Amino acid sequence: MTTEPQSAAARTLYDKIWDAHVVDRQEDGTCLLYIDRHLVHEVTSPQAFEGLRMTGRKVRAPERTIAVPDHNVPTTWDREQGIDNEESRIQVEALDRNAREFGVVYYPVTDIRQGIVHIIGPEQGWTLPGMTVVCGDSHTSTHGAFGALAHGIGTSEVEHVLATQTLIQKKSKNMKVEVTGRLAPGVTAKDVVLAIIGKTGTGGGTGHVIEYCGEAIRNLSMEGRMTICNMAIEGGARAGLIAPDQTTFDYVKGRPHAPKGAQWEAAVNWWKTLFSDDDAHWDKVVTLRGEDIAPTITWGTSPEDALPITAAVPAPEDFTGGKVEAARRSLDYMGLTPGTPLTDIAIDAVFIGSCTNGRIEDLRAAAQILRGRRLAAGVRGMVVPGSGLVRAQAEEEGLDQVFKDAGFEWRLAGCSMCLGMNPDQLAPGERCAATSNRNFEGRQGYKGRTHLMSPAMAAAAGVAGHLVDVREFAAETV
Amino acid sequence: MDKFTTLTGIAAPMPLVNIDTDMIIPKQFLKTIQRSGLGINLFDELRYDRDGNELPDFVLNQPAYRQAEIIVAGDNFGCGSSREHAPWALLDFGIRCVISTSFADIFFNNCFKNGILPVVLPQEAVDVLMEDARKGANARMTVDLESQTVTSSDGVSFAFEVDPFRKHCLLNGLDDIGLTMEKAPVIESYETRMAQARPWV
Repeated sequence: MTTEPQSAAARTLYDKIWDAHVVDRQEDGTCLLYIDRHLVHEVTSPQAFEGLRMTGRKVRAPERTIAVPDHNVPTTWDREQGIDNEESRIQVEALDRNAREFGVVYYPVTDIRQGIVHIIGPEQGWTLPGMTVVCGDSHTSTHGAFGALAHGIGTSEVEHVLATQTLIQKKSKNMKVEVTGRLAPGVTAKDVVLAIIGKTGTGGGTGHVIEYCGEAIRNLSMEGRMTICNMAIEGGARAGLIAPDQTTFDYVKGRPHAPKGAQWEAAVNWWKTLFSDDDAHWDKVVTLRGEDIAPTITWGTSPEDALPITAAVPAPEDFTGGKVEAARRSLDYMGLTPGTPLTDIAIDAVFIGSCTNGRIEDLRAAAQILRGRRLAAGVRGMVVPGSGLVRAQAEEEGLDQVFKDAGFEWRLAGCSMCLGMNPDQLAPGERCAATSNRNFEGRQGYKGRTHLMSPAMAAAAGVAGHLVDVREFAAETV
Repeated sequence: MDKFTTLTGIAAPMPLVNIDTDMIIPKQFLKTIQRSGLGINLFDELRYDRDGNELPDFVLNQPAYRQAEIIVAGDNFGCGSSREHAPWALLDFGIRCVISTSFADIFFNNCFKNGILPVVLPQEAVDVLMEDARKGANARMTVDLESQTVTSSDGVSFAFEVDPFRKHCLLNGLDDIGLTMEKAPVIESYETRMAQARPWV
């Protein structure tokens, strides 16, 4: 790789990917960074395409630009009849028109490969180690699981990337989050990332790119690694990274857009150089012991409001500074009383899906809990696979039947109730065990109450009718 | 993009920490295919009841703050989504500057693309400005980008840092796509090199 900028100093993984993508550097350190993959969805792109049209600009690299509708699309089985909500329909139609007019790669709603943009990128092999990946969506951090520098951008930047295939960037700081040791049974990637955010806070990663490392991270599947990196943004970091290894290569190999033959060998050789050097400089280091992490849920309206399921609802006085008032507001919004054991919190709904936990492994974990069991009386459940291909795989494994037998609705792919832009929403006051990524006020529906947790924990909560420790639950006889 | 040079205006106090993008502009308003018109729905679920009636306690509904052009906010303002609808909504309402101890990265970046200046100041300074903002419409704050200062209505000044390139673009209202397109030859040469070095990309 003689064309790569070489540095004598030890570098982090982030430094290496950054250096490999610098097109131009100004005196003040502002860089023009080349973008290898640009993912596009219907909500944050219409104004960007309109900007191109108004200025007579083209998409510089349509073959590197992948578009899919996901946020607005209905997930009901009749969706091919069209979208009832006029504004949603207009947005999806606009993406349809823009994708065709500008000639970008496109997976329309009728394509089995359609799904949540952050699920289909890796699934189709568009996301590869060492790449720069951007999308007008904050959960673009998901792709960092492959050792790709991936982050969300605003619509102005979407337009900038469409027009120039570059982004104006200043380098972030390097943060290392190490999770040592082994995870206890019943503890998953979701519990790990919630525990991390509980420790660092939602602003803990601001201004940094986080590299997740350590034995517990290394032992995760690609699905689990994607769950971790997906929520880097909830800890304030635009991007999360995990160094690529054999697990990564095995996942990527053979995917439709992965390199083949001699190019595969060349690619793997380069990917194997993508790790942080032993003596690389870190601006911030956080360490957690894997053994200490319990199944974790959120009680409040910020992802940092994370606690082990064995804990109780905190009181505002347990906090300091501005968080006292924020906690008071959260408790009021969530309708919770301090001191209540978390396992006493009754739920009305279960949502399994999203770019955080809508992959096949997530559905398997939930189905394993649900096999031979049913949702508690009065609890509604919805499973929304992350892509058409995840759905097909799940159906081949008979998971859809497990969910249906348990009383869940089995849906088509989309973002769905993670953010409720389509009709999948919570009613005011409804309380949901959700596998998604944000518990903000109103996120899943006006006055809806969200508790974030792993797929197994959400499934178990659905059966019990209240939040429950999956470790005890799994031991119970059916 | 409108230039940002000096702004003297009413500042609204919003001391809540972690004001997220879903609070700034809830999802139901992301369905627009335009940039304008979102101001009426800024902070929608804090500002109106379910029937669309104004909630009188919300700061921007109070007579003193209806014309606010500055927000003084708690830590980590703008966390959450990458939706540029958040700065679009602020701008459409008339907000040109947000002052806080910290901002979420993507929101921070999006502000600069829309002529909004996010100002980061230490807690002590934000505390002073928060108190100043609480005085209402008679207390006008001045934000001067050229000299990089915020001055309270009592004349107490605080200096802030701003990235020189972003400052330059904001002061001159520059379109950075145009600036980057002038570098097309450098981009082409990078693409040529990479086609050799990493042909699988």
